[in-house]
Amino acid sequence: MAMVDSGAPKGSFRLSMLLYDTRYRSYTIQIFVLILLMLGAAWLIDNTIRNLAALGKDFSFDFLWNVSGYDISQRPIEYDSTYTHGRAAIVGLLNTLILAVMACATATVIGVIAGVLRLSKNWIIGRLMTIYVETFRNVPVLIWIIVVSAIMSESMPPPSAFRGDDPASSMLLFDSVAVTNRGVYVPGPLFENGLGYFNILGLDVSLNLMAFLVVVGLSIWVNRLVLASATKIQNATGVRPKTWWKSLLILFVPAIALLTFLGFHLEYPELRGFNFTGGIQMRNSLLAMWLGLSIYTGAFVAEIVRSGILAISNGQSEAAFALGLQPGRTMRLVILPQALRVIVPPLISQYLNITKNTSLGLAVGYMDLRSTLGGITINQTGRELEGMMLLMLVYLVISLIISTVMNFYNNRVKLRER
Amino acid sequence: MKKSVFMGTLATAALVAGYASATTLEDVQARGSLNCGVSTGVNGFSAPDANGVWQGFDVAVCRAVAAAVLGDPMAVNFVPTTGQTRFTALASGEIDILARNTTWTLSRDVDLGFTFIGVNYYDGQGFMVDRALGVSSATELDGATVCIQTGTTTELNLADYFRINNMTYEPVPIETNAEAQQQYLAGACDVYTTDASGLAATRASFETPGDHVILPEIISKEPLGPLVRQGDDQWADIGRWTLNALIAAEELGVTSANLEQMAAGTSNPEINRLLGSEGSLGEMLGLDPQWAMHAIAAGGNYGEIFAATIGEATPIGLARGLNAQWTQGGLLYTPPFR
Amino acid sequence: MSDTHAHTVRFVRETMLPPQDPPSSQIGMVRWGRENLFDGPLNIILTVISLLVVLFLIMEMGPWFANSIWNANSLTECRQILDGASGACWGVIKDRWPQLMFGFYPPELYWRPVTALVLLFVAISPVLFPSVPKKVLYFTMVYPFLGVWLLWGGTIWGPVSVALGFVLGYVLVRATSQLSTLLSAAIVVILPILYWLFLAGPLVDALSAIAPLESQSVPSREFGGFLVSLVIGVSGIALSLPIGILLALGRQSNMPLIKYVSVIFIEFIRGVPLITLLFTASLLLNYFLPPGTNFDLILRVIIMVTLFASAYMAEVIRGGLAALPRGQYEAADALGLDYWKAQRLIIMPQALKISIPSIVSTFIGLFKDTTLVVFIGILDPIGLANATRASSDWQGIYWELFIFIGAVFFIFCFSMSRYSMSLERRLKTDHR
Repeated sequence: MAMVDSGAPKGSFRLSMLLYDTRYRSYTIQIFVLILLMLGAAWLIDNTIRNLAALGKDFSFDFLWNVSGYDISQRPIEYDSTYTHGRAAIVGLLNTLILAVMACATATVIGVIAGVLRLSKNWIIGRLMTIYVETFRNVPVLIWIIVVSAIMSESMPPPSAFRGDDPASSMLLFDSVAVTNRGVYVPGPLFENGLGYFNILGLDVSLNLMAFLVVVGLSIWVNRLVLASATKIQNATGVRPKTWWKSLLILFVPAIALLTFLGFHLEYPELRGFNFTGGIQMRNSLLAMWLGLSIYTGAFVAEIVRSGILAISNGQSEAAFALGLQPGRTMRLVILPQALRVIVPPLISQYLNITKNTSLGLAVGYMDLRSTLGGITINQTGRELEGMMLLMLVYLVISLIISTVMNFYNNRVKLRER
Repeated sequence: MKKSVFMGTLATAALVAGYASATTLEDVQARGSLNCGVSTGVNGFSAPDANGVWQGFDVAVCRAVAAAVLGDPMAVNFVPTTGQTRFTALASGEIDILARNTTWTLSRDVDLGFTFIGVNYYDGQGFMVDRALGVSSATELDGATVCIQTGTTTELNLADYFRINNMTYEPVPIETNAEAQQQYLAGACDVYTTDASGLAATRASFETPGDHVILPEIISKEPLGPLVRQGDDQWADIGRWTLNALIAAEELGVTSANLEQMAAGTSNPEINRLLGSEGSLGEMLGLDPQWAMHAIAAGGNYGEIFAATIGEATPIGLARGLNAQWTQGGLLYTPPFR
Repeated sequence: MSDTHAHTVRFVRETMLPPQDPPSSQIGMVRWGRENLFDGPLNIILTVISLLVVLFLIMEMGPWFANSIWNANSLTECRQILDGASGACWGVIKDRWPQLMFGFYPPELYWRPVTALVLLFVAISPVLFPSVPKKVLYFTMVYPFLGVWLLWGGTIWGPVSVALGFVLGYVLVRATSQLSTLLSAAIVVILPILYWLFLAGPLVDALSAIAPLESQSVPSREFGGFLVSLVIGVSGIALSLPIGILLALGRQSNMPLIKYVSVIFIEFIRGVPLITLLFTASLLLNYFLPPGTNFDLILRVIIMVTLFASAYMAEVIRGGLAALPRGQYEAADALGLDYWKAQRLIIMPQALKISIPSIVSTFIGLFKDTTLVVFIGILDPIGLANATRASSDWQGIYWELFIFIGAVFFIFCFSMSRYSMSLERRLKTDHR
């Protein structure tokens, strides 16, 4: 009370300042919002608990350790119907990741080619690419996936066409690749004296693959050292020593030596019984999802690439020519770095879309995370709340990883304006 | 921006209508229509025709229940459900009864909290293969590619069968019957497996049905029946006895043709009790005395429904088999109406 | 002089030569072909390959399209007419046309969704075309209520009483303009909500008792086909716009709590596939609501789709806000406008205008994504295609249905994207 003093209201605090004074108002608003949020959350949780009680269910993730009882066709890791639901979910997750990585790679390739060709002077090519981009962008991806799957199952020969003395179809590339309507079979690597597997967190990691990757990685590293020393000599003397044979030696000899040591040979697919066996099988469902997603997303990537190239003004290449740069170097040092700054952020958000669209796998029977954990498992156990939460969490983590990478890249290439 | 009103209208309307009252029967009567979950389309069991009217064997069960409860077989809202959404739709009260060829299993009955009100079709899982493959028994299917419908007990049975017989297979999981059929016909799988009734229905629609054989092995028991939520015994009883009434009507010779005449009273007291001219069975269920008569009038007795939707005269062409009356060597055996 | 000249020079042309035609290789088709098709070896190869591709496609699909059959009531009939030849059987589209368009909507009421669609175009015309008189905007405000009433039917007092809540809100805005912004905002938000919760229901009953203005009510489970795609898509976008604006502003707020709540919401929704949200709508939403509450699946889907779209909308609008020059914010501050006034009068009109093309493409994306509802058993076009293929008449039909559905989606989306491109061009010139 003693503080009230008409001359200087500073320092005194009245309740109405919570509403009128900009210094305190934001706290009022935030506390109000916080209370609302907490009330809302409490309401939702209370409802959920009461609903679960009414249905006689509990909230637990124990079902992940129960026997799943169903089979999965594409198994990157060992799995059969006697394994647990949790293991099935991991198989699904791996399938999702495999598909996402494959589709991202091909969508980029298709998109870059289509984007560049759409700018081509060739009238037919330009029109064809426009038709491609517009048709694929404007029709739902689900329809494309279904259509691609139908085209493959309808137009490729069934394995039975390969049978008999005078088969209707034959294998390609010296009997090493079989294209059937159940998938494409290619030769797979086999190791006669392999190193076996190393079990980590329930996943079997192939030691052969690890050894191979380590050797290749080391070779690349050594090669870079060689190149760097060559550059050093060039800087000092002006003459660049010939390095290509050293690079060749360093890159290939250790890898080939390792493969020979491990007894590497190819296993060819062979028609046995109902199906081809041996080699690596790319199932129809994987191919349909892969092609469907990459052609669809490729159309978007094409537009991104086109606008990226168009965004670089002619002056940039003219300036580069004026400096005496050759066309190749102009592209590499001037145009691409600038175009990439425009292209990469939307490109990565397309990668994000591909990852999320892999969840349409069930439409063609691809057993991704959504079909295993979010499909059959939920269905057989009736644990939709837990299953869906887990499913969303996994997708969220994948998306967050991708966007973190994107933000990291964005910050690195951001135009520093002063 | 003002469009958020749209939400308001709907939300208020929905919330006002949404709070369920005590029993399902009261709900249905207050609503004036029955919400019945069916599949999104299985030939002969439930599929909308060109006029958007749902037809089929499962649909007929819904219509009979609606007729018994409300007196009007057309007072049914059909809610299409997928293999994945069906149980939630029932558990959440979105539908009152689920008639979607669902197999009666212990875990569904006990763990998922439902009550099966009977069996309207005794089925079993079978295999269909192309005749050209020359396969005559399911035990020759080692290494085959098998098309299965997901979200069913089918995939579990299949896994068990192949494991027991020490065979390998390549599963191709598929969501809808239509899709599975297309894959099978294109040769993308060697074998199509689902309930034998579904196989017959599917084969019937092929251009050349004779090129495909259904293998003799039936690898599972699939008692398909309608189900309701656990905990509302009155509603379960209504469903159960409506189904029983259809079966009993066939056994007792009550058909849609002679229904009127028999309802007036017959010398057989059981028929009289069933059709409400004697006793008070309807009252015990909390229904009209003529409940069973309405139910039978909706589509005829069990035999007539069977013949009209999936029987030998239809394109599906299923024989009665296990689904004949017990007097004919089948499994249909209803408890007495007294 | 002229004589001398005539003697020293042997020949002088005194008339102009008529211009010669350019060489044949430099005119017409030939030149065009040389420049555009056969310009260098790479281009020749590309041209030949493309021609082969086009030829192959025509050879493969031509006969199938050429043998199209329109008048058939079942696939068997089609096969009989075709007699072994390959050909499209469009009879299925003819047979199931109303179903693919409207689902199970009562046939005698088809005029209602059609009118609603036509009126939708009228309602959004002032936004789309600058030449339309601004007075149409009043109709735009009425349209949501009218549209809902046309589609779902029932008593007209329902939408009217809900609309009254907004009128109430507007009156309150005017009445409380003297009070503190915060207080007035609280009143403007809370009173209409109380009205909707407690007064609107009885009001509807009372009004319908006095003047029963009713049209036949159509429950949303009878919606299907493209009608359901459009209803979900349009209401999703329309409802997500206000939420998206709030989220975008929230994300830029300097109040940490509001900022982080907005960021978490946006990133969560953008990080999960739409299909998981749809499954939430169909499997989980009932868990989160009070026991016994149960409302219709399409409404639940609209709610989830709205949440989904509003996260994307927030990012679109954030882009629009970021594109505004800083000067606009500073000018608003300099005029002494408070936050909401600055947003309403200066920032939002410009930011929204810049964002329209992106909003249209968000809509295209959402409209295409409505096909995913087939996974939760809603009979959208793909769902109805599956149901059609399950009927005895059309079992085994495939391409015709999907080509038709794809073509309809293409027409919708392509025209929208073309419109958005022209709009972009128009907006660009405005800024120069």
